[in-house]
Amino acid sequence: MASRVIMPKLTDSMEEGVVVKWRKAEGERVESGDVLAEIETDKAVMDLEAFASGTLRKILVPEGTTVPSGALIGIIGEPDEDIREIMSPSPPPSRPAERAKAAVSPAEPVAEGEAPASPRVRTLARARDIDLRAVKGSGPGGRIVERDLEPFLTKKDQPAVREILLSQMRKAIVRMTTQSKAPVPHFYVTIEVDMAEGLGVVEESKKPPAGASVSINHLIIAAAARALKQHPGINAAFAGETIKVFSGIDIGIAVALDDGLIVPVLRDCGEKTLTQIAEEERALVLRAKNRDLSPEEYTGATFLISNLGQYDVESFSAVILPPAAAVLAVGSARKVPVVRDGRVEAGCRMKVTLSCDHRVIDGAAAAQFLGTFRHALERAREL
Amino acid sequence: MKATYREALNQALREEMRRDDRVFLIGEDVASYQGAFKVSKGFLEEFGPRRVVDTPITELGFTGLAIGAAMAGLRPVVEVMTFNFAILALDQIVNNAAKVRYMSGGQLSVPIVIRGPGSAAHQLGAQHSQSLEAWFCHVPGLKVVAPATPYDAKGLITSAIRDDNPVVFIEAQLLYPTQGEVGDGDYAIPLGVAEIKRPGTDVTLIAYSKMLLVALEAAERLAQEGIQVEVVDPRTLRPLDLTTLAASARKTGKVVVVEEGWPFAGLGAQIAESLYQRVFDYLDGPILRVTGRDVPMPYARNLEDAAIPDVNRVIAAVHQALYRK
Repeated sequence: MASRVIMPKLTDSMEEGVVVKWRKAEGERVESGDVLAEIETDKAVMDLEAFASGTLRKILVPEGTTVPSGALIGIIGEPDEDIREIMSPSPPPSRPAERAKAAVSPAEPVAEGEAPASPRVRTLARARDIDLRAVKGSGPGGRIVERDLEPFLTKKDQPAVREILLSQMRKAIVRMTTQSKAPVPHFYVTIEVDMAEGLGVVEESKKPPAGASVSINHLIIAAAARALKQHPGINAAFAGETIKVFSGIDIGIAVALDDGLIVPVLRDCGEKTLTQIAEEERALVLRAKNRDLSPEEYTGATFLISNLGQYDVESFSAVILPPAAAVLAVGSARKVPVVRDGRVEAGCRMKVTLSCDHRVIDGAAAAQFLGTFRHALERAREL
Repeated sequence: MKATYREALNQALREEMRRDDRVFLIGEDVASYQGAFKVSKGFLEEFGPRRVVDTPITELGFTGLAIGAAMAGLRPVVEVMTFNFAILALDQIVNNAAKVRYMSGGQLSVPIVIRGPGSAAHQLGAQHSQSLEAWFCHVPGLKVVAPATPYDAKGLITSAIRDDNPVVFIEAQLLYPTQGEVGDGDYAIPLGVAEIKRPGTDVTLIAYSKMLLVALEAAERLAQEGIQVEVVDPRTLRPLDLTTLAASARKTGKVVVVEEGWPFAGLGAQIAESLYQRVFDYLDGPILRVTGRDVPMPYARNLEDAAIPDVNRVIAAVHQALYRK
């Protein structure tokens, strides 16, 4: 039976793909698993494998053409098969995985001699794809009741009826992080910063009659902005055929919300004083927490900072959110023993980890950037 | 502010009578004797005999009289000494109060409240210990309310008086002395809105009027076994707040309804049927009922206690709903 070859949807964000090259010609024999064509997505060029064996009867899309995911691009069938019907536009058949799932659906009526199950159990079994023939009932007459499903449920206190639908924010986080972590080759560099002077600056700023107080976060933003100025290669983005280097330093700051997070962007940090940064950051974060931001205020960061310092975290690695090519993950400033002039004394250190997109940034560049960052932050009074 | 159930009713009736001079109280012993259960204490002094009216022992007569007054534009509150005696007034309640609006094509309405205690107290005998709420709930055109707490009694009697339709308002002798917080001043709790009296996740316990107190005590004891009971009080029995009841049943999957009335064609049967329609697919077992025994109330105290649902029977039903021995 003839089989449709369609443009695959390889990521959530993939709306279309380019047929770069057909590796089989019309009329050529193909086996299931053979590479049929090379497909370029927004992220990479990938092989398209045949799902069926037969003859590549028809190539419908010439090389170099862009078509939407799901579009018919070819037909595999027997050499003499009539393929006119299958070439007519119709929705692609459900994928094999979905069909397999339907086949074992426990929604079928319980056959004679099988144990009865409560309606709630049937609902849960349908939702969780549990085969009730494998469950032993403990209720009256062997009735399968909710507690009998416990071994099959991952979380007992979260039955199907309490499944939480993805919020728009959660969907966005899913999309952004998987689109980043899968295709972007991350690597990580961690350093330690002496925070003695920085903490001093924060403390002094709280005392009257000084103006707006500054936080560690403000110092980190200011130090990062200074380091980015000296290392523009970090303030950059991968763009397929090119690397974009940004002149403006727009720093995205991860802000935790009850049900997710948002990354408002502080624009032009390279041109701002510490006081300006402090004031603007405070206002921006407040509006982020009130969910008062417009989309342009949380997109287009050229560099990212994620600070878990307030949660007593030693260090962590963050996921890069494109188009930025790096994110700085900040741990807590902690009192630790340090060695100075051969003697152990009390010090204050903070670990920061830079996650880098290796397509844009190499290890040495990351280390040099972090060196400048540390130098700036350890001289916080000059920021 | 703390008040007894009795005082809460007194406050609300007084506030409504002050607010609206069309409101008056009529019944046996409501004026000079200040009510068989002292709900109308001080009313004769404040409002005088034209608005606080003592009647002979003639339930059918004075209920009919009040229904006529309501049709003519007044807003009577009829006190029945207990709902056992309201049986005598059923013809007026069922055939006139409940139907006049419908049969006059909306030209007439009957803004009346018929109130008094239902259910058993102690050793009042078979004829004076009945829970007849299901009788009234059966009739289209009547609203039926049965609050359990002073707070709810105050807010619901206010709404009942302000409602333009006949409301049967069922109190309980054993609730009159119970204490609880009530709101200051006048407030109204809308009719037809249930309340979750105790949140929980494992089983839903539906109970109203006196049985709410039994359910709450059972829930407290079950919590010591690690069973989290959600106790829901419908408060208004008709119209029933099925949205709230169904949401709880859907969440827990196990439902027990507690009522003091008889089991056959009782209110719990109606609640169960309504829930089956809405949440069948989320139930982990049949809805269970704890009801009064299917007998005339015995006079002997030990047998009377055995006939009325108690904490142990509720706990046993919850265990059964959870498939525990």
